[in-house]
Amino acid sequence: MAARKSATKPNVSAEELTRYYRDMLLIRRFEEKAGQLYGMGLIGGFCHLYIGQEAVVVGLEAAAEDGDKRITSYRDHGHMLACGMDPNGVMAELTGREGGYSKGKGGSMHMFSKEKHFYGGHGIVGAQVPIGAGLAFADKYRDNGRVTFTYFGDGAANQGQVYETFNMAALWKLPVVFVIENNQYAMGTAQQRSTSTPDLHTRGEAFGIPGEVVDGMDVLAVKAAGETAVGHCRAGKGPYILEIKTYRYRGHSMSDPAKYRTREEVQKMREERDPIEHVRIMLLEGKHATEDDLKAIDKEIKAVVNASAEFAKDSPEPALEELWTDIYAEAD
Amino acid sequence: MATEILMPALSPTMEEGTLAKWLVKEGDTVSSGDILAEIETDKATMEFEAVDEGILGRILIPAGTEGVKVNTPIGLLLDDGEDVASATVESAQSQQPAPADKTLTSESAPAAARTHPEPDRSPDWPEGTETHQQTVREALRDAMAEEMRRDGDVFLMGEEVAEYQGAYKISQGLLDEFGSKRVIDTPITEHGFTGIAVGAAFGGLKPIVEYMTFNFAMQAMDQIVNSAAKTLYMSGGQMGAPMVFRGPNGAAARVGAQHSQDFAAWFSHIPGLKVAMPYSASDAKGLLKTAIRDPNPVIFLENEILYGRSFDVPKLDDFTVPFGKARIWREGTDVTIVSFGIGMTYALEAAEKLAEDGVSAEVIDLRTLRPLDTATVIASVQKTNRCVTVEEGFPKGAIGNHISAILMQEAFDWLDAPVINCTGKDVPMPYAANLEKHALVTTQEVMEAVRKVTYR
Repeated sequence: MAARKSATKPNVSAEELTRYYRDMLLIRRFEEKAGQLYGMGLIGGFCHLYIGQEAVVVGLEAAAEDGDKRITSYRDHGHMLACGMDPNGVMAELTGREGGYSKGKGGSMHMFSKEKHFYGGHGIVGAQVPIGAGLAFADKYRDNGRVTFTYFGDGAANQGQVYETFNMAALWKLPVVFVIENNQYAMGTAQQRSTSTPDLHTRGEAFGIPGEVVDGMDVLAVKAAGETAVGHCRAGKGPYILEIKTYRYRGHSMSDPAKYRTREEVQKMREERDPIEHVRIMLLEGKHATEDDLKAIDKEIKAVVNASAEFAKDSPEPALEELWTDIYAEAD
Repeated sequence: MATEILMPALSPTMEEGTLAKWLVKEGDTVSSGDILAEIETDKATMEFEAVDEGILGRILIPAGTEGVKVNTPIGLLLDDGEDVASATVESAQSQQPAPADKTLTSESAPAAARTHPEPDRSPDWPEGTETHQQTVREALRDAMAEEMRRDGDVFLMGEEVAEYQGAYKISQGLLDEFGSKRVIDTPITEHGFTGIAVGAAFGGLKPIVEYMTFNFAMQAMDQIVNSAAKTLYMSGGQMGAPMVFRGPNGAAARVGAQHSQDFAAWFSHIPGLKVAMPYSASDAKGLLKTAIRDPNPVIFLENEILYGRSFDVPKLDDFTVPFGKARIWREGTDVTIVSFGIGMTYALEAAEKLAEDGVSAEVIDLRTLRPLDTATVIASVQKTNRCVTVEEGFPKGAIGNHISAILMQEAFDWLDAPVINCTGKDVPMPYAANLEKHALVTTQEVMEAVRKVTYR
């Protein structure tokens, strides 16, 4: 199956393209800043950057409606920014401060926002897949027409609970889009070394779940595929699988020198397939924007990201009393 | 103003590293994101990117230097037009937050500073309330049915809970009353359906997950511990998992090692979970209703052998038993026997027989293990000065071990003998009838333990 790609001359408004450019750029610059703060010792532990994969979340958010839910793994900063969570709160969580989304108690891998319907931020590979189907179960129980985007990687696609979930999601026709972000490396293991068959979008066939492969470096293709998937779910036809081929420019986490692939491979991706550059060229060639317009956006994004870094540095560490809070909820 | 470039931390554990190679030289213009140097960490060689832009004025640490501590200045970045000699340095050293200035009040303050809270001795139901005999099985079903009538967000899922009416007939009649939307047969797929139930709880529903036995919940341990128990904390209180995991736990009879294990101590270890383990039918009913209403994940450990036993249950429209309140089944003066769940059968039988020998045992049913009613246990030991614990679980890391530790820390001066823990034996459950009997705790062992601590 050929990967879904957008048309050569897509029918898309300047405003829409500009929005994708801005949203993707925010993620990229935010992640670069996070990498820098890590180097300065302000962020500790694990920190999984999303650089290179920006078109996946931005494209799918463009296909989502108010009230739709999303859940993902530990590589979650991009998902949070794309669904409208505040960069200050995300960055301050990375630095472990009181102003973070989890008051500094979650960290890079564990953030949530009830308001934006973002359900984490899960650190155990594959565990978010049944949970995402459970969110869809709750929506179906309430018959509210909502859809849940359940993101996981090519690595998680080999976890047993994913297939237990596929079975029940199909059996109970749950409105869930399984988004396999195939960045080709499960930490340091290339897909062909870990996966007996290369096509992850066919993994639902045994359960009767349709799937398609999508060019994840092309935000418009992702959006179009997302609309198909969401439409399928909202029509009551059950789950849908999107295998989105993408690429992570950075290592798995901060301490990964990425020796399992060549520098040339990464360089080639960056130069030829970069999702942000792709939209930039569309904006310029389509005369939707001038270089100056884009520079202004770059400047604006830089200011937002710098402000988030300042907020994350200035926000105090959580009070020591916080150690003992939020372990149990009080009854109403 | 010049900016110091500091030796970066490039892994969670890095304290120092080797500056292997500079990829820029003095005088080069660098912009944010450019690779400045290669640094060997404790794990690997990593590329180091520029944070700020400017001109590399001076290299402070030459290539090849080993043992460079994190946050040591390794270079100097100048603004346009600045020269090295006149540059004033903005130190990046002050980036770390000020250490929190308060000392922490730990939960485990020294024993001397402790005042013991008064135990709650209020009766479970008002005097004069009419009661009737019910089996634990019927009590559990009634609890679920009453809570499902009360709250439309409560639903039951598990293997054989609907059309089969429950593998142990606990959910008898629920499908007829509540329909297949709320009483849901699952495939045999514990890990998956537990995760789905956790997601449904995140989504605002109140699932009751039935495991055909808790042995099968081992398949789902990650979802119970990592997803259900920890999310409230990890989300800073934004969302949690209001749900119940229930089913038979511990040994039944002659079902072998993989189907005979008491998980009370395992689950009680986890902050974020609550753990109830009823013995009687009234507690089964009252505690399960409380569990379903609780906004936290509750592990509800039943026992197959107890399902068919009958007890007095009050005839009340809405009977609940609070968590964290032990029940004194028998008052006594010579020894305190602490137990829970099926362990209570040995504790009560031993107390009965000991009474014939003139030993007066006080028998306490903990009912919930998390929260744990230590006040009632301590108050009793202050009276009897002796304690024996009884459970079917394995001896290492047992609930009894924890009770012993609490008594040592908080009631040491009242103890006249070491606390003895009567537990199951430290062996997988054998199949042979005679061996199985000895693998479990026995009434005889409880009586011997009591004689030992009372020096009789």
